[in-house]
Amino acid sequence: MTETNYQTQRFAYQPCAEQRAPQPGAGAHAVHPVAVIGAGPVGLAAAIDLAQQGVPVVLLDDDCTLSVGSRAICFAKRTLDIFDRLGCGARMVDKGVSWNVGKIFFDEELVYSFDLLPEAGHARPAFINLQQYYVEGYLVERAAELPGIAIRWQHRVAGLAQDGDAVTLDVETPDGRYALRARYVVVADGARSPVRQCMGLESKGRTFRDRFLIADVKMSAPFPSERWFWFDPPFNRNQSVLLHRQPDDVWRIDFQLGWDADPELEKQPERVIPRIHALLGEDAAFTLEWVSVYTFSCQRMDRFRHGRVLFAGDAAHRVSPFGARGANSGVQDAENLAWKLALVLAGHAPDALLDSYAGEREFAADENIRHSTRATDFITPKTPVSRVFRDAALSLARDHAFARRLVNSGRLSVPAVLHGSVLNTADDADAWGAPPFAGFMVPGAPCADAPVREGGRDTWLLPQLGNRFALLLFVGPAGLPPAMLDALRALAAGPVPLALVCVATPADAAQGPVLPPGASLLEDTQGWLARRYDGRPGTAYLLRPDQHVCARWRAFEPARVQAALRRALGWPEGAGAAAEAAA
Amino acid sequence: MTRPGDTPMPLNTEPNLARPDDFYEALIDMHRDLSDAQSQSANAQLILLLANHIGDLAILQEAMTHARAGVLARAGRQPAADPAAAA
Repeated sequence: MTETNYQTQRFAYQPCAEQRAPQPGAGAHAVHPVAVIGAGPVGLAAAIDLAQQGVPVVLLDDDCTLSVGSRAICFAKRTLDIFDRLGCGARMVDKGVSWNVGKIFFDEELVYSFDLLPEAGHARPAFINLQQYYVEGYLVERAAELPGIAIRWQHRVAGLAQDGDAVTLDVETPDGRYALRARYVVVADGARSPVRQCMGLESKGRTFRDRFLIADVKMSAPFPSERWFWFDPPFNRNQSVLLHRQPDDVWRIDFQLGWDADPELEKQPERVIPRIHALLGEDAAFTLEWVSVYTFSCQRMDRFRHGRVLFAGDAAHRVSPFGARGANSGVQDAENLAWKLALVLAGHAPDALLDSYAGEREFAADENIRHSTRATDFITPKTPVSRVFRDAALSLARDHAFARRLVNSGRLSVPAVLHGSVLNTADDADAWGAPPFAGFMVPGAPCADAPVREGGRDTWLLPQLGNRFALLLFVGPAGLPPAMLDALRALAAGPVPLALVCVATPADAAQGPVLPPGASLLEDTQGWLARRYDGRPGTAYLLRPDQHVCARWRAFEPARVQAALRRALGWPEGAGAAAEAAA
Repeated sequence: MTRPGDTPMPLNTEPNLARPDDFYEALIDMHRDLSDAQSQSANAQLILLLANHIGDLAILQEAMTHARAGVLARAGRQPAADPAAAA
């Protein structure tokens, strides 16, 4: 079977119901629950997530192609976990180049190497490299499998107005314009975001005075699947170089050029080819797949939510490419938003839940921008003394472990821990005032994976959690007492779906612990789950549909779980169940 | 315990060097036969090594504050200081 060429694939424009039917007056057409603008990785991930939550989606794109040429290539473990939940993670990992190791060179020598995933017990690698057009192609094909997603290619949003009930989009097509109404709109139309501009909104921040040349070259080369980063190498004096492997024998080479470089001149093959020979050797045989010269900015919108319009991905925030925080953070925006929209649309959560999308992802964007800015300042020192310290850190790094922590060629994308989110319920201190849990799974943390056995089959924790709230209960050999079973039955029967996931050691699981009806039982075969969650019989974790921790306890108390769930849904403190029922 | 309004003072600026003259001589000697650029690099590496040894960011920030204030205060007093004049 030949593989689809995603770089040349064209998607046919098709007129839609709003265009075909006459429009005698307002209300002639149904109001869509959600319209997503932009069929890039972020818009596609949002659409798939929403459809899997049971929300029909219209996805509008002004073009009819996937990503062209050199764009995002590094997809982080967290993003792969999300793609798994969206039903296309395995395809990405199978095609992608998996890597965990990075190497840092200074001048002519290797200074040190690092492993991004030093621990066992994870389903997915720290990163894969995969051209953006594959990611988009696989997402488009996944979207096509789901009922409820209509992708409208060459439907360009030219204007937007909102009232108390819905957003009206002015959509331009080859057949003319039409109006589309949606209760909520997700804007994921990229860094230049025409929709953001037409709303008169800005993304503000810092633009860096530096230029970089990207060359994607095709060659058979003996380099391993690692990230190699050079500071001040002989083949690009006073600048940096990054070498990274992609599928199909394509290599990403990123040369720092400096601010004074002429972008048009540096793009010419007669300038690019000698640079690559200087790196690979005069005998290297390669072909150029893609060349571009770019500058970059770190910036974001003041607010990601404007009424019924929610901004995600590069439209909302931009970072430098060092650290792979662009596409990865955008996909995390999408997953943060999808479940919230679904619950608000279903009436299970108040509109305020959408404010938490903005709050949490603005916080995450600030973290990404901070990391990205610091990496950029290390890679491109702005003053002579900054350069002296940069080189001092690199010189020390070869022999001294502490200095390796200072070297910054990009702090590679890890998801933000949503400390301080309004949806979190804080830990109780124990009787002595000490925190009751060890480890990283604090309220707001994205769930770490762990190998488990379920129904006699070896699998992983994250797929067992799914895309609804889950209560993770560590149980002993006897399981749960009858009173607790009744309380759990009542919790699981509430309007908001809640999965009951029990965890036991293989020995305890063999005793046949008593579990609530409908609960799954995971055997913690290697003890990773207990270690990573500091779990022991009685420990309970309430997890969000986007697989973040909302709350945890050493002992299960139904009223406290209920309160934490209400908080995680954005209901105000103390509001009665009546308000929930009325919504 | 610090009271509200108090500034914590974790940096020890009281005499603490066991053999101050030996230290000073060694510091100058570290730069023997180095070019200006190499001396700058040696100073920077020394700062990074010592900073790691200290570890506590509050102490380091306070030291940096003192160092910067010292330079700015001197610049205010003597805009065109001539090191040779002191010799």
